[in-house]
Amino acid sequence: MAAEHVAVFHNPNIGTTGLDHRKMGMWAFLGSECMFFGSLIGTYLAYKGKSINGPGPHEILNIPLTSVSAFVLLMSSLLMVLALAAVQRNDMKWGKIWLFLTAVFGAGFVGFQIFEFTHFVHLGLTLQTNLFGSTFFVLTGFHGAHVTGGVIWLLAMWWLAVRGRLGPQDSLKVEICGLYWHFVDIVWIVIFALIYLIP
Amino acid sequence: MATQAAFMPGTKVSAGSVIWSWITTVDHKRIGILYGTSAFFFFLVGGIEALIMRLQLAHPDGTLVSAQRFNELFTMHGTTMIFLAIMPMSAAFFNFMIPLMIGARDVAFPRLNALSYWVFFSGALLLHLSFLAGAVPDGGWFGYANLTSHQFSPTHSIDFWMLGLQVLGISSLMAGFNFIVTIINMRAPGMTLMRMPLFVWMSFVVQFLVVLAFPAITVALILLMFDRFFGTLFYAPSGGGDPLLWQHLFWIFGHPEVYILILPAMGIVSEVLPTFSRKPLFGAPVVIYSGIMIGFFGFGVWSHHMFSVGMGPVADSAFSIATMLIAVPTGVKILNWIGTLWGGRIQFRTPLYFSLGFIAMFTLGGLSGVMHASPPVDLQQTDSYFIVAHFHYVLFGGSIFGLFSGVYYWWPKIFGKLLDERLGKLHFWLMMIGFNVTFFPMHFLGLIGMPRRIYTYAPDLGWNFWNLVATIGAFTIAVSFLVFLANVVKTTRSGAPAPADPWDGRTLEWTIPSPPPVYNFAVEPVVHDRDDFWVQKYGDGHGTPPRKPSPPAHVDTSSIHMPPPSYWPILLAGAFLFMVSGALVSIYQVVLGAFLTLVCMIRFMLEYHRPAAGGHH
Amino acid sequence: MRKSLLARIPTALLLLAVVLLLGSCGWSLWDAPMTTVRPKSEFGRITHQIFMLISWWTLGIGIAVEAGLLWACYRFREKPGQPIPEQVHGHTLLEVSWTVAFAVILLIFAVPTIPVIFETQAATPAQAMRIDVSGRQWWWEFKYPELKVVTANELHLPAGQLLAFNLHAPDVIHSFWMPQLGGKRDVVPGRVNRIMLAPDGPGEFPGQCAEYCGMSHANMRFRVIVQSKADFDRWAADQQKPAAQPTDPLAQKGLELFSQSTCVGCHTITGVSGGVLGPNLTHFASRKTLGANLMASTPENVAKWIENPGHMKPGALMPDLGMRGEQTKALAAYLLSLK
Repeated sequence: MAAEHVAVFHNPNIGTTGLDHRKMGMWAFLGSECMFFGSLIGTYLAYKGKSINGPGPHEILNIPLTSVSAFVLLMSSLLMVLALAAVQRNDMKWGKIWLFLTAVFGAGFVGFQIFEFTHFVHLGLTLQTNLFGSTFFVLTGFHGAHVTGGVIWLLAMWWLAVRGRLGPQDSLKVEICGLYWHFVDIVWIVIFALIYLIP
Repeated sequence: MATQAAFMPGTKVSAGSVIWSWITTVDHKRIGILYGTSAFFFFLVGGIEALIMRLQLAHPDGTLVSAQRFNELFTMHGTTMIFLAIMPMSAAFFNFMIPLMIGARDVAFPRLNALSYWVFFSGALLLHLSFLAGAVPDGGWFGYANLTSHQFSPTHSIDFWMLGLQVLGISSLMAGFNFIVTIINMRAPGMTLMRMPLFVWMSFVVQFLVVLAFPAITVALILLMFDRFFGTLFYAPSGGGDPLLWQHLFWIFGHPEVYILILPAMGIVSEVLPTFSRKPLFGAPVVIYSGIMIGFFGFGVWSHHMFSVGMGPVADSAFSIATMLIAVPTGVKILNWIGTLWGGRIQFRTPLYFSLGFIAMFTLGGLSGVMHASPPVDLQQTDSYFIVAHFHYVLFGGSIFGLFSGVYYWWPKIFGKLLDERLGKLHFWLMMIGFNVTFFPMHFLGLIGMPRRIYTYAPDLGWNFWNLVATIGAFTIAVSFLVFLANVVKTTRSGAPAPADPWDGRTLEWTIPSPPPVYNFAVEPVVHDRDDFWVQKYGDGHGTPPRKPSPPAHVDTSSIHMPPPSYWPILLAGAFLFMVSGALVSIYQVVLGAFLTLVCMIRFMLEYHRPAAGGHH
Repeated sequence: MRKSLLARIPTALLLLAVVLLLGSCGWSLWDAPMTTVRPKSEFGRITHQIFMLISWWTLGIGIAVEAGLLWACYRFREKPGQPIPEQVHGHTLLEVSWTVAFAVILLIFAVPTIPVIFETQAATPAQAMRIDVSGRQWWWEFKYPELKVVTANELHLPAGQLLAFNLHAPDVIHSFWMPQLGGKRDVVPGRVNRIMLAPDGPGEFPGQCAEYCGMSHANMRFRVIVQSKADFDRWAADQQKPAAQPTDPLAQKGLELFSQSTCVGCHTITGVSGGVLGPNLTHFASRKTLGANLMASTPENVAKWIENPGHMKPGALMPDLGMRGEQTKALAAYLLSLK
């Protein structure tokens, strides 16, 4: 019996629920992220329609273009799923490819965001212009920052794989990155709906 | 991998290697001591700030400090006591005791744990660098917009506050994730959730509150930062912004925060009372459910801090009812605690004194709180000294007394020595008397119209006498704290060594030596009941007989693998501080800091990732 | 054991009794100039009634709980030779009962509270006299739009008349509080809050800002003077008159100085200047205090104020204009002639 208990102690990452600590930790983090984005979205909604002047959403948002970038981000989630599956079955050739492509698609989304931001500034909407400018840029900007963080994470994992330091025994780490990535994607769906789609 | 070497008695160690071992520690026990020491230090700092304020207010038309200095003092006093004294003291106990009480060897993420401490340290440092920069925060601990806008607060004082709090928030969040996973995933076999000690339960609820409430203030501070640095309009009335947005976001954080401040103390009291009454907590499941309800409903009452802002009668009524509702689970716990004492065999030791003081004082604070729950009544009380009295009764009479109860209770386990009983009781009585003399008169001051946050007052308003009395009380509190420090010094020099179980305790931490070995438990305990250790010693009084203690297991403790020390936590915290403080210096520092932070983060995350070509984790 | 028993009488309870005793002898809650316990309006009274209701209940509960705690400590203190006590885990009926009892007591507080919230925030009736209050760092402007009166820091009110105070905030958040009349209401930029009340018979008492608003928050005070209708009408009529022409040579010199300096950029004296950043000075001498109820309006104090506003009121937005000696004497004489 004693040996059994010492053995349980000896596996440092799996807990009594059978879940890995790190996966549970990521869920806890995502819970706080819900409140974080919830507060930013709440601020956006509180100030919706209250701008005193300046370009409003209907004048400036390019829904067709943003729909494309949203699609790109959604596709990147699919690529993430493929990446995880490849790593889990020890197909590191495809694992590297899918990881890299996920990062590329994510970077593509961020590229769209940067284009959109600079375009809006040209059209006269900045952080200081009105409440729409303040709330729009801060909300979507922080989302974009989260995507950027995810891209860096993905590229780091891709690089580890290239160096032979990522394999099926690390699939939990890929899965955790995937959780984060899907979350960031879902937040975009909410933001996209609230800012772009709902009048 | 090599065992974490404990310092063998008689081994010569250099001061340098001792300091290095503390800087790189990932041991939850040491991290707990780091938090506790910091908390005591800042309690002193916050206390001195309070004493200066009380000296200024002892007489009308006071001239001891200027208006600016006083405004800085009340801002820093509140910020320090909440974020740098009470929260870290609670964190000290979370860190040291939770793994011991659930039968674990450490927390789920030991390096993240160390990182939490060093980020906390950075935040405290950043806040106090404001003194060196001559730009001490002066917007109140609650920093209401739009006073905090660049227009009305042009110096860096608000920036120091804003950035400091942001850093502290991140520290708390990381610790929250850590303890949620630890408590869910690392309990000893047989320890179901309902068999968990009450301190662990209350702490568990607190971690959820932290994880869900801090993001609101994170966002509030981000919006403030954007207004101040980039000219956004979030809190700017001239641009259509609403200063009340700040208040909503702040209090959505702020109300759960007060439960974060009180629940750990309630958890401690729920451990101390059964131990010294020699019987279980009365209605333990109800106390647990009350804690959960308080945590949950605590998110629904935030605007009771805003009854005077003009939200309209519907909002006022809704929050009033919600606030009264939440008083029910908060209040019934008091009866559960009295029920624990009832029918017991009460041993009056210092930890119990402080827990009894907690109950007595928290009751008074809770009752004045019920008064504030009614908006018409609150409109006279809010922003007056009546509220100052209320929250000091719950935060000092409640949290601080509860935390001191924990200090005296667990000191022997943490340091292996028993604090002196006589000095402990002297500390208690002086603090009890001083506390009441300071804060009870403030109810009167509020009733006769003295507003909060004023650096002086006119002599003909009838406020002079009670202000003088409060000042005398404050210095009595200071003396009591000196008695405590004297006790610490005396105990460290010549205190009686503590056995593993000095109080005939009920929970797992008392089954291991005082202080515990680095690996805590040589053999993982198996738990059959709540208060498992007590049941093991005495049976449960309802048919289960005492268990024969198992023969000492022949475990080769040198083979126990504990996580080795790491310097990445402090490096990462340092890089992060460098980046954040760059906001006050130059964009280049921010960019360089961000790069360094990213590098440190990656190195931290890859520290135990396997190297190339073979080699298992 | 007996000795420790005596010492066990909780200092809290004893202290409470002593303090309450002292409280009733010391400066009476009753007489304090900014007391909240003797309201002088119906608005104050209906909210005070709820306070008294809650106070009696909480006093009773407080005494019961503290007594229970004390009694438990005394009755069940450890005696030598005692066995381990019975390991009672709880008592469902008892716990349910006291939970329900708590909830019922809170219901007793909620029931009068909700109607009073709605009653005190009802729409402004037509017969109410409107007063526009502007809270600024760190003084109060009072405008009576129906009477075309503009003044500062001294609030005259007609007794028995329903008043609707509309609260405006040109700079930061403040809070408008007249403790003797009732509860406070914040003054928030971007919105107009409102207090409605009818003050009782004549009286005079201070009011103060109750929301931290910067450096001189402590100095943002005002004076409330409730007068009979006749006296109030007289006061209003005087306030409606144009600014008095100075007859005294020193005061005339003061007027000359005033019109030629930057004073005119911030202050209004009808017929002389139209600045709106600072208090209206047209009837400065009709007010008993200056600096927002900071000090008595005497020639020395007025001169001191003009010479160094930041000394009396740290952070005051009125700059030191460099006036000294004879200049400030003249200005003070002029201002004090503006009845």
